[in-house]
Amino acid sequence: MTNLKITIDNKKIEVPEGSTVLDAARAANVYIPTLCDDPLLEPFGACRLCIVEIEGYRGLPTACSTPAADGMQIRTSSAMIATNRKTSMNLLLSDHPLDCQHCVSNMRCDLQYVAAYVGVRGKNPYQGERRTYELDESNAFYNRNLDMCILCGKCVRACDEIQGRQAISFGYRGFSTKITAPFDLPIWDSSCESCGRCVDMCPTGALYDKTELKHGLPTGETKTICPYCGVGCGLIVETRNGEIIGVRGDGESTVNEGHTCVKGRYGWEYVQHPDRVKKPLVRKYLLEGKKKSEIDRDSSDWDWAETSWDVALDITASNLAQIRDRHGADSIGFMTSAKCLNEENYLMNKLARQVIGTNNIDHCARL
Amino acid sequence: MSNYTAIRKWADEEVSAQRADKARIAIGLGTCGIAAGGNAILEAAERTLANNTEINADVVSVGCIGICYKEPLLDIEIPGQPRLSYGPVTPGETKKILENVFLHNIYEHKKSLAVIGDDAFAEIPSWNEIPFFAPQERTVLRNCGFIDPEKIEDYIANDGYAGLSRALLDMTPEAVVQETLDAGLRGRGGAGFPAGRKWTIAADNIRALKESKSDLPSYGYVICNADEGDPGAFMNRSVLEGDPHSVIEGMIIAGYAIGADFGYIYCRAEYPLAIDRLKLALEQAREKNLLGENILGTDFSFDIKLKEGAGAFVCGEETSLIASIEGNRGMPMPRPPYPAQSGLWGIPTIINNVETLNNIPVVLSQGAKSWAEKGTEKSKGTKTFALTGKVQNTGLIEVELGMSLRKVIYDIGGGIPDGKEFKAAQTGGPSGGCLPKEMLDLTIDYEALAEAGSIMGSGGLVIMDESTCMVDVARYFLTFTQSESCGKCVPCRLGTKRMLEILTRITARHGKIEDLDALEELAPSIRDSSLCGLGQSAPNPVLTTLKYFREEYEAHILEGRCPAGQCKALITYEIDPDDCTGCMVCLRACPTEAITGARREIHVIDPELCTRCDTCRQVCKFDAVLVA
Ligand SMILES: Cc1cc2nc3c(=O)[nH]c(=O)nc-3n(C[C@H](O)[C@H](O)[C@H](O)COP(=O)(O)O)c2cc1C
Ligand code: SF4
Ligand code: SF4
Ligand code: SF4
Ligand code: SF4
Ligand code: SF4
Ligand code: SF4
Ligand code: FES
Repeated sequence: MTNLKITIDNKKIEVPEGSTVLDAARAANVYIPTLCDDPLLEPFGACRLCIVEIEGYRGLPTACSTPAADGMQIRTSSAMIATNRKTSMNLLLSDHPLDCQHCVSNMRCDLQYVAAYVGVRGKNPYQGERRTYELDESNAFYNRNLDMCILCGKCVRACDEIQGRQAISFGYRGFSTKITAPFDLPIWDSSCESCGRCVDMCPTGALYDKTELKHGLPTGETKTICPYCGVGCGLIVETRNGEIIGVRGDGESTVNEGHTCVKGRYGWEYVQHPDRVKKPLVRKYLLEGKKKSEIDRDSSDWDWAETSWDVALDITASNLAQIRDRHGADSIGFMTSAKCLNEENYLMNKLARQVIGTNNIDHCARL
Repeated sequence: MSNYTAIRKWADEEVSAQRADKARIAIGLGTCGIAAGGNAILEAAERTLANNTEINADVVSVGCIGICYKEPLLDIEIPGQPRLSYGPVTPGETKKILENVFLHNIYEHKKSLAVIGDDAFAEIPSWNEIPFFAPQERTVLRNCGFIDPEKIEDYIANDGYAGLSRALLDMTPEAVVQETLDAGLRGRGGAGFPAGRKWTIAADNIRALKESKSDLPSYGYVICNADEGDPGAFMNRSVLEGDPHSVIEGMIIAGYAIGADFGYIYCRAEYPLAIDRLKLALEQAREKNLLGENILGTDFSFDIKLKEGAGAFVCGEETSLIASIEGNRGMPMPRPPYPAQSGLWGIPTIINNVETLNNIPVVLSQGAKSWAEKGTEKSKGTKTFALTGKVQNTGLIEVELGMSLRKVIYDIGGGIPDGKEFKAAQTGGPSGGCLPKEMLDLTIDYEALAEAGSIMGSGGLVIMDESTCMVDVARYFLTFTQSESCGKCVPCRLGTKRMLEILTRITARHGKIEDLDALEELAPSIRDSSLCGLGQSAPNPVLTTLKYFREEYEAHILEGRCPAGQCKALITYEIDPDDCTGCMVCLRACPTEAITGARREIHVIDPELCTRCDTCRQVCKFDAVLVA
């Protein structure tokens, strides 16, 4: 592949064919404000903040959507660019609640940051009607507060291009344009799988995890791997005072590029759940060497009791051996899990076929 | 004998057999004719024939000839005599005229309009002497109102498909592109981009694609843009209804020129008659091997599918139209890449307007040089306009580019009715500008209009008189663009909203002088940073009215006065004591009981109760009600 030679604000740079002007700027370490672009999504050109001037081009092309070409001369700032950016930003903010302190996005908000960069200081010259909607709390994991929505379309494209669900789209026209589920029903009635990708990509506080309402900013982050399935998505676990307050996909992970399924993204509350089993449990009568036929299930003999792994495994092994001897190996079946490593699944297979002597083995992913 | 010669021979024979010794009674049944009652005229004509079996004539329906203010129209063509046009006729008059003409050789009637031919006949003037028709030039409308749009033989017998035949049988695709370039034909859908240049780019891309990939189902598309969403525009509709084959022929030629193998006609669903006629025309063309596999026996194959639009103005924008055909929401995409590089389903695609494509067969059959004789240096040919508003003669007109606005309004249009004064002409539909009387001598061509702050657009031409409030006009157009904005990009979605709010405030008496600064700041920003043409041109009505009619804005804001007397919040109704006779008519008519007064005493309007409904002014026989 050939490289394109480009000049951007007097910096010379080479970028591979197929790059956009924005890619080139990023490669040259030149900041261009953006609100509707994401490197993982197709260019869209909605926010009009990434406008630049390109020699030989009419008007103010958007960096995110314009393909870079050999010999291109690009300017990322001028009086004309600044005026138009400011107007667009002021217009956006004239239809925005601007209640940053009560907003889950506060201090992590692209809109906040870009507004500060563009420099819309003082009074907004444009005032007028603002869109307001009922909060959509129908989804089990995240809320949609479309009052905050700037219609950047990232959620729509994330759902279509990454998750492949097309659960949401643009509805209505003009000032009434709105991101909607089909027939403008609550999101829970759509084909949304709650993967949370739209929530992660939303540049404002329009889409947020329900758990975010309970906490302030996280104080710590831990990179880890999702424990749920064999895909092994990279996760970032957000914590505050040693407690998990949120999980998001790890954009740096080559496995999932920040994407997760609903389990990895939202299925973490069990970690801190009081009912979570952290040590092996066996029925009390087993510890006392009693026989099942002898005990009363209403008595404390039937209760769960904590024990060590050695004891628990010994009990399991001897009971399995007894069942096999009494009823034959095919009276036993094994079920393995997507949460296990390949090695673990392999060993389970050995245990079933060679130690016990049965072909009754299956995997939860087949169900 | 080539295939085309055979088809032409067949058509000529069909047409002369149909017309041999037989008169033709043509009723204009475009949508305009139907709306004016054309169907009743058709029935009346048929009834008259049934009752007078000695009349040897066929009744046929034809498309719109353009003289809408005289609809419904009745045309009579007797072999050996010129065609006569009558209108507006009632069913009773239809019977009378037919009997007069056929049974008594009496041609003149109070409804006789003109001879559709060069010479007067039986005291009826030639249409060349009728001010409405005389300055017009019919290239696009060459067949509208003349041929039966449901008969392919009519089209072929009038040189139809001769251009295609010449292109396919005598020319290389490159030569066809060159001919279109030489003609200097510019796109009629709005932007005026030279058709030949667009075709060149597409042809290059299609060639490159064919070289790099061998397994694609299609390598290029031709799309006919028949979305015509401008309110009040009906130029394309008339062509589709009156001459559907001309557009189909243009598309096939375009397909051959650029190397495309398939075409779509994207027609707005609100044009049911056009859709029916297109469907029929496509079928007929396929039957005659003018469409489909191996057209006219050559190895060029091309077919066309009709796609109905979904009723959004923005779907007329090319990238949005493509999204709509692909089954997505009609939302524009940034260009580049242009459709000619990567269009429908990522394949090089040209999109041309109905009227652009309708011109192509003429370019090919007459040759570029002859076609380009009309028009100006940079704006060649003719252009149709939907002439509407405060003008005597409204209708569909076609003029040579370069004609002055004055000539169009005063000669063709017959001037302003009711002795009122001309105030402004709005060209280009909702995204065009309003031109004041100082610009009446402006020539109608792409450059002159753009320089004046307006656009050619697709051919809307609305005339306004002194009773029109220019602030209100700007507000009206902004209401349209705002509600039709696709909502994607910030300057258009929110900028037009804020402008509309300001204009609404001004017309409602709440304007501030700073509002004009805000408008002047917003308008260029919306124009320069919107994604598509809708947003880019939406400020035109505001920019031009601010430029040419600023004093009207100031009167609203600073003096609380609407000079045209239109903005209800800014006008008051008063009864002139000198003229009031105390007849009590207004008092009884007032819906809000705002008028008091006894018989033969001077009446008074209570401004608090008055809702400015204008009823009293209309009913007063003594012109005693004053609006200020
Ligand atoms: C909002 C909007 C609406 C448009 N509507 C139409 C339309 O109804 N018909 C049309 O031919 N072109 C329309 N256009 C222009 C098309 O995008 C395109 O330029 C045109 O079809 C190209 O054909 P031409 O080169 O033959 O003019 C519209 C453009 C915009 C921005
Ligand atoms: S979305 Fe951002 S700018 Fe808007 S209120 Fe929240 S933090 Fe503030
Ligand atoms: S959570 Fe996932 S599936 Fe649901 S709307 Fe967002 S992106 Fe689509
Ligand atoms: S919800 Fe968020 S991501 Fe979706 S369009 Fe609105 S601001 Fe953009
Ligand atoms: S469970 Fe979901 S998030 Fe976790 S690794 Fe599997 S796919 Fe990724
Ligand atoms: S300019 Fe208006 S119609 Fe065009 S893309 Fe932007 S919002 Fe949509
Ligand atoms: S304008 Fe209407 S409401 Fe006002 S006085 Fe006249 S009739 Fe009555
Ligand atoms: S980032 Fe380019 S238009 Fe939004």
